[in-house]
Amino acid sequence: MASDNIAEQMASKQRDISVASFFEKNRHLLGFDNKRKALLTVIKEAVDNSIDACEEADILPEISVELIDLGNDRYRVIIEDNGPGIVKKQIPPIFAKLLYGSKFHKLSQSRGQQGIGISAAVMYSQLTTGKPVRIKSKVKGKPEAHYYELHIDIAQNKPEIIKEETMGWEKEHGVRIEMDMEASYQGGVQSVDNYLKETAIVNPHITIIYTNPKADQTIFARAIDVLPKKPIEIKPHPYGLELGMLMRMLKDTDARTLQSFLTNDFSRVGPGTAKQICENAALLPSTKPRDVSREMAEKLMEGIKNTKIISPPTDCISPIGDVALETGLKKEINAEFFCSVTRPPSVYRGNPFIVEAGLAYGGEQTAEGSITVMRFANRVPLLYQQGACATNKSVVQTKWKSYGLSQSSGSLPQGPLTVVIHIASVWVPFTSESKEAIAHYPEIIKEIKLALQDVGRKLGSYVHKKKRIHAESKKRDYIKMYIPHVAEALQELIGDSVDQEKVKELLSSILEEERGELQSVKVVNDEYDEELAKIGKEPKESQTTLGENEEEQKAPGAEEK
Amino acid sequence: MSVGKQIKELAEGIYNSILKKKQPKIESPLRSLSNVRYDEKEGYFQLIGKMKERNLTVSTIKTFAQTLRMMALSKELIEKEDIATKREAYYVSKNWNEARFSEQPESDTVMDDVEAMLGVNREQIGFIPEEKGGDIAGKLIVVDKDPDSGKQIKIDCTKMGSGAYSIPSSVEQLKFETNAKFILAIETAGMFQRLVKHNYWRKSNCILISMGGVPTRACRRFIRRLSDDKNLPVYVFTDGDPYGFGSIYRTLKVGSGNAAHINKFFCVPRAKFIGITPDDIEHYKLPTHPLKDVDLKKIKDLIKNDPFIKHHKEWQKALTKMAKIKVRAEQQALAKWGLNYVIDKYLPDKIKDQKTWLP
Repeated sequence: MASDNIAEQMASKQRDISVASFFEKNRHLLGFDNKRKALLTVIKEAVDNSIDACEEADILPEISVELIDLGNDRYRVIIEDNGPGIVKKQIPPIFAKLLYGSKFHKLSQSRGQQGIGISAAVMYSQLTTGKPVRIKSKVKGKPEAHYYELHIDIAQNKPEIIKEETMGWEKEHGVRIEMDMEASYQGGVQSVDNYLKETAIVNPHITIIYTNPKADQTIFARAIDVLPKKPIEIKPHPYGLELGMLMRMLKDTDARTLQSFLTNDFSRVGPGTAKQICENAALLPSTKPRDVSREMAEKLMEGIKNTKIISPPTDCISPIGDVALETGLKKEINAEFFCSVTRPPSVYRGNPFIVEAGLAYGGEQTAEGSITVMRFANRVPLLYQQGACATNKSVVQTKWKSYGLSQSSGSLPQGPLTVVIHIASVWVPFTSESKEAIAHYPEIIKEIKLALQDVGRKLGSYVHKKKRIHAESKKRDYIKMYIPHVAEALQELIGDSVDQEKVKELLSSILEEERGELQSVKVVNDEYDEELAKIGKEPKESQTTLGENEEEQKAPGAEEK
Repeated sequence: MSVGKQIKELAEGIYNSILKKKQPKIESPLRSLSNVRYDEKEGYFQLIGKMKERNLTVSTIKTFAQTLRMMALSKELIEKEDIATKREAYYVSKNWNEARFSEQPESDTVMDDVEAMLGVNREQIGFIPEEKGGDIAGKLIVVDKDPDSGKQIKIDCTKMGSGAYSIPSSVEQLKFETNAKFILAIETAGMFQRLVKHNYWRKSNCILISMGGVPTRACRRFIRRLSDDKNLPVYVFTDGDPYGFGSIYRTLKVGSGNAAHINKFFCVPRAKFIGITPDDIEHYKLPTHPLKDVDLKKIKDLIKNDPFIKHHKEWQKALTKMAKIKVRAEQQALAKWGLNYVIDKYLPDKIKDQKTWLP
């Protein structure tokens, strides 16, 4: 009797946990661990979405980001784009319903993936300030813009419309988002500033107008007027499937038989392959997809595993391109040597991907300490969790010693080097929902390492050449040191008819002729943008001059008297 | 041609090649045993013509500049009729900034190269060594000049008491008067003292010279001039060890690799080695010391690489024997048979019996 009562009591407490309330309790999974990171995450999600939308609509993106300090660690974030806009009925779910979006259901290279990002940002804003998110959207050709103020109904994961109206907007089309949130604004590598800068570097086709909380405006101007090759949407490849996804696809499909489900909803599966899969799974090709049970789905997975299927098409990936990558690096770093490579496409678990790597060596970079690694996934800068990232592992496992850098085993190499790694894929595997580190798939690590070896070899031959030139110039300097002595002694030996200056000049030219022209390794970098390079760097601590220090040291003594 | 003019011409040659935009170079004979052969007829080591070259390369530019500066210093000394010791020349170089010498052996080497280049000895280019030439006692009158008055003075080496006459660093101006029958060149000062103390030179009518190890250039030149002038045989008496044979005696008789360019003047081809030979060690049952590894190595090296030893079977035999018995004996080991055994028995016996000598 008692136990029944307890079960009843428990049952009264058991209910659906909405996605929204789950994430409310686990916000760190989405990148809202602390105030500083939250600000970055919000801007990142909004900007990524804006760029994706513009590109999809063939519009050269122009994005304005504005931060306003409201005091008490509260900031207003305003992001406005010139994208295609969002149709009225989609505005509430896109911004106020978690896991709602277009990107999760299709496979194509895009910045955002899961459709969690922007609504999570809205939720964070709501949780920390209680204020609704303000959205203005205008679709091309429409006379007026739609304006919404939205809350998320956290218990039910659905939008709650606070205010809704139409208004005029001088813009032809676009979206403007405004939200207030608890945040902390700081400089440094993991700052909003640096994120926007790195975004500009790998996306030379966009313009970002950024106004920071101190009301300083920076314009990251568009460098090329061509949109990147549009990524092609592909159907998933069977090898990339997970059970849950397969079951959802079985539920959603329009196909009437397993056979047609396999051929229609997947890439690289023809009727023959479909039959083969069914045979290996011991399922009838005529089975209705809706009738497939969990056990049958597991059999189907097994069947896929045991069937040989051609790799997915790889022309769906749009890399940055080695030239554009190098140009971006040159703007950022005043180095002596740059090189970059775009690897041929490869596949992990049925997902095509491309790895690109670039590096900048020497110049104004400090020779002490570890190298700098800049990471990008689908043109989005990754600023957190470098240590957990596949790129980091690949850099550590690459033997930089043979390329002229020092490196102790199991750590990053040392030297004046910046390495850029970009992975583009229809589905970039991150280690967590906050999309900060790329998962350690062996295929991906292998490709990154191959890319690093490629640029590393070029670096190696440059570093060795530089060492040779350095040694040669040291030798010449050494020889030249003694030329005046030869001239002086000859004058002492022969008399004043000897012109010392002429002897020095002739000996120097004989030396040049004998040893050949000395190649120079000076920094020649026309692309370098000093202002840009400063953005996102840790502000230097204000230095006290020597005189001031002395005064400070004297002060205690004076007090004692 | 005067040495001064020779130096100037060398410098002009270098200057002209610079004016023609050609790589200037200085060539000097390689001074080492690998660049000499033993000329039996002449009786000394002669150069075989290997040259070393200095020009505008990393490894030679410094010595190239130093050689020119050394030549300039030498020219100045000659013009002013001045002299500088080797050490003084080294200190002069301290004004040459990066071309200065950091140690005296470096400046000595460059000096020897200039000397070799010009084919003269260093006194002729104004440089003199600090070291003493050696000590003389016995039946000899050295005719020298008073440095102030220039008047001739005669030094009687029989009247040095328990001391000795010291060979000056330059011996070219000396003249000799003697009726001695031979010259005895002795390795150690200790043995020299014993022979002087007991007036050995009077008994055997000879001139005693203490070389004090490997004879200096002045000592070699002195013995050479004295023995040539007065046609005196020269007997050499050293410790019975590879150093005594290969370094002291060999250098006195035929010169050295390092000074090959001037061996002609600084050798005593008529010198004979009277002891202590490896045979003496056995014959006189001398107390011995075991040979060290370095000694054995030196013996091997002499047999294999020394052109003089290679020329003489007797020396090879003697050295091979020493390597076999693996012991050496000092001059003073003869004292085992009495302090004056060397005077009363050993030297008279050895000088009498040519068969016990080595060439």
